[in-house]
Amino acid sequence: MPDISSNLAGIKSPNPFWLASAPPTNSGYQVMKAFDAGWGGAVWKTLGVPVVNVSSRYGGVNYRDSRLIGLNNIELITDRPLKDNLHEIEEVKKYFPDHAVVASLMVESRAEWHQIVKDVENAGADGIELNFGCPHGMCERGMGSAVGQEPEVLKTIVGWVKEVSTVPVIVKLTPNISDITVPAQAADEGGGDAISLINTIQSLVGVDIDNFVPYPVVDGKSTHGGYCGPAVKPIALNMLKNCAQHTNVNLPISGIGGIENWRDAVEYILLGATNVQVCTAVMHFGFGIIREMIPGLENYMVEKGFDSLEDMRGKALGNVTNWENLNLKHKVIADIDEEKCIGCQLCYIACEDGAHQAIGLTENNGTRVPHIIEDNCVGCNLCSIVCPVEDCITMVRKDDGTEVVTWKDRQEEGSAPTTFNDDRAGGIGHWVPEPKDALNKK
Amino acid sequence: MGEFKKPVSEEEFDKNFGQIKPLMNQTEAHLESSRCLFCYDAPCQTACPTSIDIPLFIRQINSGDLTGSAKTIYASNYFGNACGKVCPTEVLCEGACVYVEQNVKPIEIGRLQNYATDQAISENKKLFELAPENGKKVAIIGAGPAGISCACELRTLGYVVDIFESKEKPSGLTVYGVAPYKITNEEVLDEMAYLKEQFGYSVRYNEPINSKAGLEKLEQEYDAVFIGIGLGNTSSIQLAGENLENCFGATELIEELRMNHHKVEFGEKVIVLGGGNTAMDAASESAQMGAEKVILAYRRSKTDMGAYEFEYDLAKGVGVDGWFNVTPLKIVGNGKVEGVKFARTEVVDGKLVQISGSEFTEPCDMVIRATGQSKQVAWLNQIGGLQLDGGNRIVVDVKTFQTTNKRYFAAGDAVNGGMEVVNAAADGKQAARGIHDFLS
Repeated sequence: MPDISSNLAGIKSPNPFWLASAPPTNSGYQVMKAFDAGWGGAVWKTLGVPVVNVSSRYGGVNYRDSRLIGLNNIELITDRPLKDNLHEIEEVKKYFPDHAVVASLMVESRAEWHQIVKDVENAGADGIELNFGCPHGMCERGMGSAVGQEPEVLKTIVGWVKEVSTVPVIVKLTPNISDITVPAQAADEGGGDAISLINTIQSLVGVDIDNFVPYPVVDGKSTHGGYCGPAVKPIALNMLKNCAQHTNVNLPISGIGGIENWRDAVEYILLGATNVQVCTAVMHFGFGIIREMIPGLENYMVEKGFDSLEDMRGKALGNVTNWENLNLKHKVIADIDEEKCIGCQLCYIACEDGAHQAIGLTENNGTRVPHIIEDNCVGCNLCSIVCPVEDCITMVRKDDGTEVVTWKDRQEEGSAPTTFNDDRAGGIGHWVPEPKDALNKK
Repeated sequence: MGEFKKPVSEEEFDKNFGQIKPLMNQTEAHLESSRCLFCYDAPCQTACPTSIDIPLFIRQINSGDLTGSAKTIYASNYFGNACGKVCPTEVLCEGACVYVEQNVKPIEIGRLQNYATDQAISENKKLFELAPENGKKVAIIGAGPAGISCACELRTLGYVVDIFESKEKPSGLTVYGVAPYKITNEEVLDEMAYLKEQFGYSVRYNEPINSKAGLEKLEQEYDAVFIGIGLGNTSSIQLAGENLENCFGATELIEELRMNHHKVEFGEKVIVLGGGNTAMDAASESAQMGAEKVILAYRRSKTDMGAYEFEYDLAKGVGVDGWFNVTPLKIVGNGKVEGVKFARTEVVDGKLVQISGSEFTEPCDMVIRATGQSKQVAWLNQIGGLQLDGGNRIVVDVKTFQTTNKRYFAAGDAVNGGMEVVNAAADGKQAARGIHDFLS
């Protein structure tokens, strides 16, 4: 079996699956139950001066029959006294000395930071996570994402923490910023030991269209919340990549955002994450999902020949580059497997209305299998994405791979289009139908 | 003993005749509608004789616009609710679903359709605006699917419409002829009341037009006449003993069953003669009415049966025994049915022949002849210039449904020889367009 133990800036855990700081880590009871189920670590629900929460705290996004592809919350940090939490941290560490317990913290003054850091270390926390990400409620009070959005303030506070801390310090970043590498660098400069990302994205999850108020509804009013769940994963992966590739961000990264199975975790690790944190999936399905995640990761590693997580970490990073470096000579064309096609013609209408009119219907011979008009196909993948049948539409490579010309090359050699009606435009010579032909379509 | 106890109350009748397409709940409708692919040029829509925009109404269910969904359905088919329940969806829309190609269960289109129409009917949603009255009047003979559909459509075009119905209830075979496990009387009549209130045609029940004088009166008072009289009683097969007590025509018996439910007496051992869908219904119903043994006897092989496979499966599912290649020679009995004398058959040189010496008599106490319905030739012959084809079906223009007597239009079973409710609904509506073209 491959070694799936994880070490994030010195915080060790038997596997890379941690619970993110959130409702599932609100109490020692929950964390203990999670460890018992197989989770490797937990970032405690953020500690600080306890808050008062509202009732009605979450809103979900469903897609057709799929529930909770996105979750929005307006819950704040812990509403329980610090002493109770410290006691429970101690309890958990007693039973699970080899699991990672990380204390998420959010306070205001330097004195408060010093005090709380010492308190959680004394309770036995293996690490500290600074919550500079919470984008609702706490930020109105100058904490959470208000800090994450001000790199200088962030750096200062990391410095305060590092003045007293003896355990590794993770800085949790907010995605509610135009360039996440800026606060990531500040975390590095301030002396942080790791970063974690992403915290939730500011969101209004939906509107009650009968009563004209967004969800979640609190006595007829609402407020923006923080968005998480499977829907945010693509945004998180991009931010992870940006930080992992940045030359001035040299901190290990704990990946967060929409992770719910081993496959998601593998993607995060391939893009440079050292471990992953999970919240929404547990809020949806409970701690038991870990039973799918661990063997899934192990089986993948066996299949790929990875002995440890470090073997695979960042494997995809080298293959993410700027657009200008992509090969313009790479050419793929859609291919429909007639045997597999069920005749829904979604590929046809997607291409016809949403792409390049490169799929034709076969008239009058009893078949509903569409055909690719190769001359028109730009190889955009859309048809293969909308096709409901596995492996029915594949994208077949047509170039022989020997020729490489990038946009950067084109610019350097002066062959890139530069004027509005430039005859070097990519679409020159590519057939488009006459506008009025649209009116003759059934 | 058979599987079903003889029902002696309305509750027991309902229990024996559980609906094969029960109404979906909200969760089921949401999950099922989520599966729909929204195919382009969808095969389900093409397969529907009324061309309902099925992907659209399913999408409307999925987004929670049930009123819009019901309107999509009713805009194509005025028997939207009835058809969701009684259509042979397995061979129409659902049979055409692309999922079938993939060996995936097709979308339950019929039940989704009912989910939308049931809401419109129970909340009495007004879905259509009627055109201002145009001063013209159309008489409709027969309040079946063809006649009612024609009436609804004509009302949207501004015509005054009076329907003359010989029986006391509307919807024709939908209430009188469909098997009770497909749809309840209440459901049928609720939809009819809903349509009548929305479209505002008049129906004169128990008012048959059965004389030349009656027809001439209609010709004088109305600008056009629509014939939606359907078919007549079960055809005779010229079998000795047909008139014995307890030998019934299927159409008549099913009507009796639909109207009087558990009060109808069925035999202990029933033999059903025929191989069409009505035979399947009659056989299933006999079993569900508590007969201890039901034999479905067909003179040809199983694969030659006119019935849909799923109809035979339904019958087998309630305990009906299928006998093939047996032809009835006579119904035996002394005043009352006591059995059926059969001979075995085989096909020789493409011809069905009796095997000599193979005769046998199977005892029974009830016989149901499901041997097709007769055409109402004498009635039709009262109309001057009305041409019938070789099968005594009314000849009409395929687009306008105008008969060879230009003031008469016709659709439904009297024209197509006996098809589904959905065919009559489609053609009745189309005929209204034909009438409109003719009168404007």
